[in-house]
Amino acid sequence: MQYIPNVLFAVILIAGIGFFVKNVKKLARNIKLGRNVDVSDNKSQRWKNMAMIALGQSKMVRRPVAGVLHAIVYIGFIIINIEVLEIIIDGLLGTHRIFASIGSLYGILIGAFEILAVLVFVSVILFWIRRNIIKMKRFWKSEMTSWPKNDANYILYFEMVLMTLFLIMNATDVHFQAMNSGNVISQVIATWFSGLSEGTLHIIERGAWWVHIVGILIFLNYLYYSKHLHILLAFPNTYYGKVKPKGQLDNLEAVTNEVKMMMDPNVDPFAAPAEDTGTEGEEMPAKFGASDVQDLNWLQLLNAYTCTECGRCTSECPANQTGKKLSPRKIMMDTRDRLEEVGKNIDANKGAFKEDGKQLLDDYITKEELWACTSCNACTEACPVSIDPLSIILDMRRYLVMEQSAAPVELNNMMTNIENNGAPWPYNQMDRLNWKDE
Amino acid sequence: MSESLKVPTMAEFMAQGKQPEVLFWVGCAGSFDDRAKKITKAFVKLLNKANVEFAVLGTEESCTGDPAKRSGNEFLFQMQAVTNIEVLNAYEVKKIVTACPHCFNTIKNEYPELGGTYEVMHHTQFLKTLLDEGRLTIEGGQFKGKRITFHDPCYLGRANNVYEAPRDLIQKLEAELVEMKNCKRNGLCCGAGGAQMFKEPEKGDKDVNVERTEQALDVKPEIIAAGCPFCNTMMTDGVKAKEKEGDVAVMDIAELIANAQDL
Ligand code: SF4
Ligand code: SF4
Repeated sequence: MQYIPNVLFAVILIAGIGFFVKNVKKLARNIKLGRNVDVSDNKSQRWKNMAMIALGQSKMVRRPVAGVLHAIVYIGFIIINIEVLEIIIDGLLGTHRIFASIGSLYGILIGAFEILAVLVFVSVILFWIRRNIIKMKRFWKSEMTSWPKNDANYILYFEMVLMTLFLIMNATDVHFQAMNSGNVISQVIATWFSGLSEGTLHIIERGAWWVHIVGILIFLNYLYYSKHLHILLAFPNTYYGKVKPKGQLDNLEAVTNEVKMMMDPNVDPFAAPAEDTGTEGEEMPAKFGASDVQDLNWLQLLNAYTCTECGRCTSECPANQTGKKLSPRKIMMDTRDRLEEVGKNIDANKGAFKEDGKQLLDDYITKEELWACTSCNACTEACPVSIDPLSIILDMRRYLVMEQSAAPVELNNMMTNIENNGAPWPYNQMDRLNWKDE
Repeated sequence: MSESLKVPTMAEFMAQGKQPEVLFWVGCAGSFDDRAKKITKAFVKLLNKANVEFAVLGTEESCTGDPAKRSGNEFLFQMQAVTNIEVLNAYEVKKIVTACPHCFNTIKNEYPELGGTYEVMHHTQFLKTLLDEGRLTIEGGQFKGKRITFHDPCYLGRANNVYEAPRDLIQKLEAELVEMKNCKRNGLCCGAGGAQMFKEPEKGDKDVNVERTEQALDVKPEIIAAGCPFCNTMMTDGVKAKEKEGDVAVMDIAELIANAQDL
């Protein structure tokens, strides 16, 4: 009989972690639907970026209020995991506060946790106020429909509840209070329970303990469905994020091969293209640019899952600021939504994608949004987790232009001019030096 | 005045069996746009003044392909790039200076993978080195004490992290440099990049250049300094839209320096 709680605990723990692992596998599968991209360069710079941006929150603090509050919640999250480890060991072995044996250090640790818990609690409430009472503009843009808005609030409620449970658990723990070490906050809360019998206190303590750990497992599994996934993906995402100058857009390799062939006088222009196979270059892609998520590369898809929907990109975007439809955050949210849809389609059809008559272009992202981008990189500069919305916009423009010839008329004129005159305007290349004598 | 401009071409240098110190990449705007041509000439005057042996490609220059690439036409971009690289490599060009941040970015960052690797400088960086080496002196002249604000071009600033060279030059004019609300890495685009220059903007509440001009006017400058021919056009239009052309001038940094010396 006495092992029932331990067994129950083990079952819940395994189920919680098992379900999470299942979703992580799905996540990896979906990301791998993207094309390959080489990110093996600049290793030391990449580690540095991850350390600075993800671990060191260097970009978060560019907005000091959000930055400091976020840092508190983040540090709280990391450090309180030591407590979670103790809970797991206690739960499995049937021990009680197993780390207490390390002596006075334990008091210091728990004391720190308690203070952090309060700080996290306060920060989360301030976050909630910013979103719901002050209604900061970037949280109320058109793409912030019910789910993204609720999602953000659920996370905040969750964290409030978890912190409260942690403090109650400590306050009602008679042994722990008797130790009188590290109970800096909970000793105050303990007085609220002072009239209760030891038996009742024990029941409350156990209750808080169980709900706390089950809550953590539920929260873990909530991640996959939420923008909160960024707490995990920010790390790989900042590692793999762009290390080249922001203005440097990739040169499509397939096009390079084509262009080389066209420019090479030794190539017989009438030769059958089949003879080209076996060269070192990549195979010709099925299409140029991207109209759906499978045409994007896996890093762009990882970006989509990492997006925290914070809207820093959108609030800096000049197109968005002047009332145009484009919102880089929406580009990322649409990409994730479509990718999830494709993933579910694959699950439903035994591992193979079944044509669903939809795509990222038009069904999610409109041409109007794509053509409004000035490629200014304000979004990539603002993003606290190194997401590159511009690369998706550019790949979709490439599809529109190279596959569909669907550029706005004025841009077509500009391109024709470059082709014929070597300038975007209809002037003769032979007049290029006329300014000298004007 | 134009008689005094010395603008040798690469072909002329080649004919004499010589290499210039630097190739001046004029760019499409600098070659054809009436406003930008003035910037080109101002920069040439400074090069002449500092006795820099430079050359232009002249009729052998062609669009870098930047607007084509950014509107999604990778084919056209690479055709342009490969053609230009062939010309540059044939002349064994090592060092390039340009007054257009779009040309600067494309040649510096996107040409190397296609076989064209050069040392590329923006004209403000180049002028700064001339100054540091004592080949050029800058005095405030008519700009002494004037309030000047600098609009960061996206393709110079955020795209390539060049923020200081243009500011250093303005300060050398003994002018009062005032920063806009959004500057340096938070600078607001003028609205011309990504091939927007060549089309009508999408529907919205306002045009980007007007928003940016309002930010500039907020700091009450006498001059809005730019370092890009496209920014220059956009800001000039913005100033006109706000009917401030009588009070505020939009000028390239090369023009500021050339005018200060009465060149
Ligand atoms: S690059 Fe495009 S999407 Fe990003 S901020 Fe600039 S205009 Fe907006
Ligand atoms: S892309 Fe980056 S800046 Fe934009 S909403 Fe997502 S996380 Fe925030």
